[in-house]
Formats: sequence, structure tokens, C-alpha cells
Amino acid sequence: MLNGFWKLTWVEAKVFMREPMGFVIPLAMPVILFVLLGRSLSFGELESGSAVEVPFNLPILFALIIALQAVVSLVVIISIYREGGILKRLRATPLSPVTILSAHVFVKLAFTVVSLGLLVLAGRQFFPGAMDVQLPSFTAALLLSTLSILSLGFVIASLVPTSRFARPIVAAFLYPMVALSGLFFPIEQLPSPLQIVAWALPTTHAVALMQGIWDGSGWGAQWGSVVGLILVFGVCVGISTKVFRWE
Amino acid sequence: MPPPVISVSHLGKSYGSTVAVDDVCLEIHKGEIFGLIGPNGAGKTTTMECVEGLRKADRGTISVLGLDPRRDLAALQHRIGVQHQEAQLQKRIKVWEAIDLWSSLYPRVVDTEVLLARLGLEEKRNAKFMTLSGGQKQRLFIALAMIHDPEVLFLDELTTGLDPQARHAIWGLVKGIRERGKTVFLTTHLMEEAERLCDRVAIIDHGRLVEVGTPAELVERHCPERRVVFTSEGTDAAERLAGVPAVRSVVSEGCTHTLRGEGDDFVTHVINLIAREGIQVKGFRTEVPTLEDVFLKLTGHGVRD
Ligand SMILES: Nc1ncnc2c1ncn2[C@@H]1O[C@H](COP(=O)(O)OP(=O)(O)OP(=O)(O)O)[C@@H](O)[C@H]1O
Ligand SMILES: [Mg+2]
Repeated sequence: MLNGFWKLTWVEAKVFMREPMGFVIPLAMPVILFVLLGRSLSFGELESGSAVEVPFNLPILFALIIALQAVVSLVVIISIYREGGILKRLRATPLSPVTILSAHVFVKLAFTVVSLGLLVLAGRQFFPGAMDVQLPSFTAALLLSTLSILSLGFVIASLVPTSRFARPIVAAFLYPMVALSGLFFPIEQLPSPLQIVAWALPTTHAVALMQGIWDGSGWGAQWGSVVGLILVFGVCVGISTKVFRWE
Repeated sequence: MPPPVISVSHLGKSYGSTVAVDDVCLEIHKGEIFGLIGPNGAGKTTTMECVEGLRKADRGTISVLGLDPRRDLAALQHRIGVQHQEAQLQKRIKVWEAIDLWSSLYPRVVDTEVLLARLGLEEKRNAKFMTLSGGQKQRLFIALAMIHDPEVLFLDELTTGLDPQARHAIWGLVKGIRERGKTVFLTTHLMEEAERLCDRVAIIDHGRLVEVGTPAELVERHCPERRVVFTSEGTDAAERLAGVPAVRSVVSEGCTHTLRGEGDDFVTHVINLIAREGIQVKGFRTEVPTLEDVFLKLTGHGVRD
């Protein structure tokens, strides 16, 4: 059955890459925006020996955008597959339900890694000195974050009525989370009910983890965020097994 | 007699307040092509998908190859092939990729080259699914359902949207499957298809089984009437035949006369009589009722939702 998993994953990856709007634009857009925004904010420019203060950590913002894009894309694909009966057709084969969905997760994670790679390459080109991060470690942090947010995506996917509304609905769920993620202002400054909400969201833990790794503190210092992401993952997978609709 | 391959007893399934299937009992035997026919919304797909284990029945018990389709779904999926009525594939998957993917899921598969050739798809190997015509898509689905040479093949709306060539090719394939001792459970809206292909049919309406039997039995039971239509210029032809006991009614329109009667010897009777009376006949044909007549008689002529 592992054979089936890799075959399906490879097919899904090829199918995804054949979609110009779904593949090239999400890959290019964060990189272009990152460079443009970074330049206008003078990110990473050395002035009299010290880096210019940017109001928030730009690479973390874009890493988060890459993760969120992956989730939006997954929810849209799931809803299209459900509406077209593709999920149902796959379900009638010996492929297990977990295999069918894992193939999509795998493709999204691979895409996330490629996106991050491009972002880092562009960053090192345009903002030399500002992107000296432990790449394997940061990639791992981004993947764990993406996985956790993807699991929430599966819960959202079961709420989406038709594929027409998939993109706006999932965007309406996810993008406000960025505001609460602690990236723009500290969680502690939020009113306390919102603080609770923020701590329940995977994006908050994702930002904390990626920020920590970016700043060079090891994984040991980030265990709280890691646990948060794993908890969200566990809860969302649990909910999804109950509410996920195949047709 | 060996136990049936598929046995369904007292199957019931509702969607909210819509009763889709109500107390359906069926037995399908090894080596049989069994057709479920019924108007739109009659509950064919629902019944079939409960049997496949893809939908959960509210009531009743189902056994397929001795397995419970809900509980033993994984084991069953290796032994059955399923063609869904409306399910699609990935828009940009290529034909060969789909065949290759499906082939990788089963331990033993048929020669896919032969299968593609028989379904007339070999030139479309590199075509993306979205560029196939409706009939080509349907043929691909059938290929995917048959790729592992399943013991039981489920075909929902087997040939909907296919041209006559493809239809006949698929009938040939399905008959070939039966010859190798496999069992086929199909639904169709084409009465000609049911009549030519199915060993037995069940008629379902409003979720209830109305009739089960061979097509010939159903015709005999519900539409025993035979008709002979002949043209003759002799003015008294109709009167000379009307008095014969086997003939139930005679309707004449100009030179065309329609005789109705019942039973297997009715047509022979009429031919003998025409010969004995020395009636000059210019045209002669018989009209034997078909499954379509039975179907309309049992399920009415009104259009369904
Ligand atoms: N998923 C569903 N949710 C709600 N109602 C459904 C669902 N599937 C079927 N129904 C209803 O159940 C009834 C039976 O539907 P079903 O699809 O089994 O009919 P069918 O005989 O296959 O029809 P057709 O010939 O049009 O394919 C219909 O009234 C239909 O509206
Ligand atoms: Mg149907």
C-alpha cells in the first residue's frame, strides 16, 4: 500500500504542477512581495554598523504566509475533489482514507519547502546578512507549523459547502489569525479573552516557534510552542475523523 | 445451490425525510448479470452504494461475497470493482497515469494495454482527463473498475452518454466478464440494454422493489399481449379475422389492420388464418412487447424529478 501512497502522491504533485494559476503564482507571489516589501522597509540594510529596525520580522511573516497558502490550497482542492466525486472514486479503491488525504498533505509540505527555499534564496540575494538562519532547523519549524495549520484546514474543509466558496471561507478563517499571532504586537497586549483565543490558534505557536528558531534559540527553548502545535494537530485530526465528509 | 454472491435483506435508507430505499430484498448469484432499473430518483444508486459499503444503510443486512460491506470494506475492495454514476477524476490527470495508479493498488491486474484497446482509449493515453469527451471518460471509468479483474463488478449507469459503438463494445466486455464466472450488478436507463445484457432485472420505484425476474418472464407476466399489424386491400379482411377466438380485438385504419391477442401461439394462429382465408397481404409485422412496456406499465408514464 506504500506503493499506492507514493504513486498517488506523485500523481497529485504532477496534477498540481500542471495548474498554472495554482502552482506558479503561489510560488512566485510571496517571493516577489517579500523582496518588494523588504526593500521599501529597508529590511536588512546595514546603516552605521547596525541593522535597521523593521516593525516586525519580515521572513517570519512570509514563512507564515507560505504555510497559510498551503492550507488554503489544500482546502480548495479537497472541496473540488469532494464536489467532483474524486474523493468518492478514490475511496472505492483499496487506498485507505488516511492514504488519500496524506498524499495531499505530503504534496503541500513539499511545496512549502520549495517555497521557503525560494524565499531564502531571494532573501540572501537581496538582503545579504539578514537571512543567516539555520535552514534545516527553520525548515523543520515551518513544516511542523504547516502540518498543524493543515490539520485545522481539514476541519474547515468539512464546513465548506461548495468549492465556489472554499477560498473565501478558508481565507476568512485563516487570515485574521495572522493578526492575533503575535507577529505584529505581543499577545500580552491583547484583551484577555482574545489572548485565550490566540493561544488556541496554531498560527500563534507557529510564529513563536519560528521566531525562536530564527533568533537562534534552540528547540529546547521552544518546547511550549512545539507542544501547542502538536496539541492543535491532535485535536484537529480527532475532530476531522468525525466530521470529514467524503461527498 | 451455492449461497448468493450478493444478498440484501430489508435494506432501508433515508436522507432526512426522503425515503430513498425502503425494504429492498435481493439475491444475486455467481455468474449473473443483474440489472436494477427504475426512474430517476428511484433509489438505484443508493441501493448500489449501500451494497458497495460506501453508504451506511439505516436498516437491513447486506452480504457481498460473504463479507459485510461496512465492516469488511477493506477486504471487499480488493474483490469488487466499482463504476460510479457521476464521480470524476482529477482534471489534469492523464489517462495512463490513472491506469498506472489504479494498477498499483491491486496485487494482480489485467493487461492494461488490451483493456485500453478494447475500450478504444489507446490513442488517448497521454490525454488529460479534462480533455476527454463524456463517453471517453465513461470508458476510462469502466477500465478502472475492471483493472483488477474483480469477482463482482458494480456498474452504475453503465453506458449513459456512450455512442452505439462504445455501447456494444462495453456490452461485449460485460458479457465476457460473465463468461469467466464473474458477477455483474448494474443499473441502467436503457431498457434495450437491460433486455440484451441482463440475466435478471429488478424494477425499483420510489425506493421499493416492484418486480424481479428475467426480462422474458416480466414481459410474459405483465405485457402478455401480442400484436400483428398487416396491410391488405381487401375490404373485408378485418371482419373475416375478427370472429376468431384467439384474436381479442381488431383495429383498422384504411388498409392497415392491427390484431391483438395473447399467448405464444397467437401469431401462428393469425398466420394460419390469413393463409386459410386466402387474404391478400401486402405488409405484415408482429409487435412483441418489450421490457420498456413492462417498465412503463409498472412505473407509470409521468416524468420524475
Ligand atoms: N446524498 C444525498 N442526500 C440527500 N438525498 C439524496 C442523496 N442521494 C440521493 N438522495 C435522494 O434519494 C433518492 C434516491 O436517489 P438515488 O440517487 O438513489 O436515485 P437513482 O435511482 O440512482 O436515480 P437516477 O436514475 O437519477 O440516478 C432521490 O430522491 C434523491 O433525491
Ligand atoms: Mg443513480
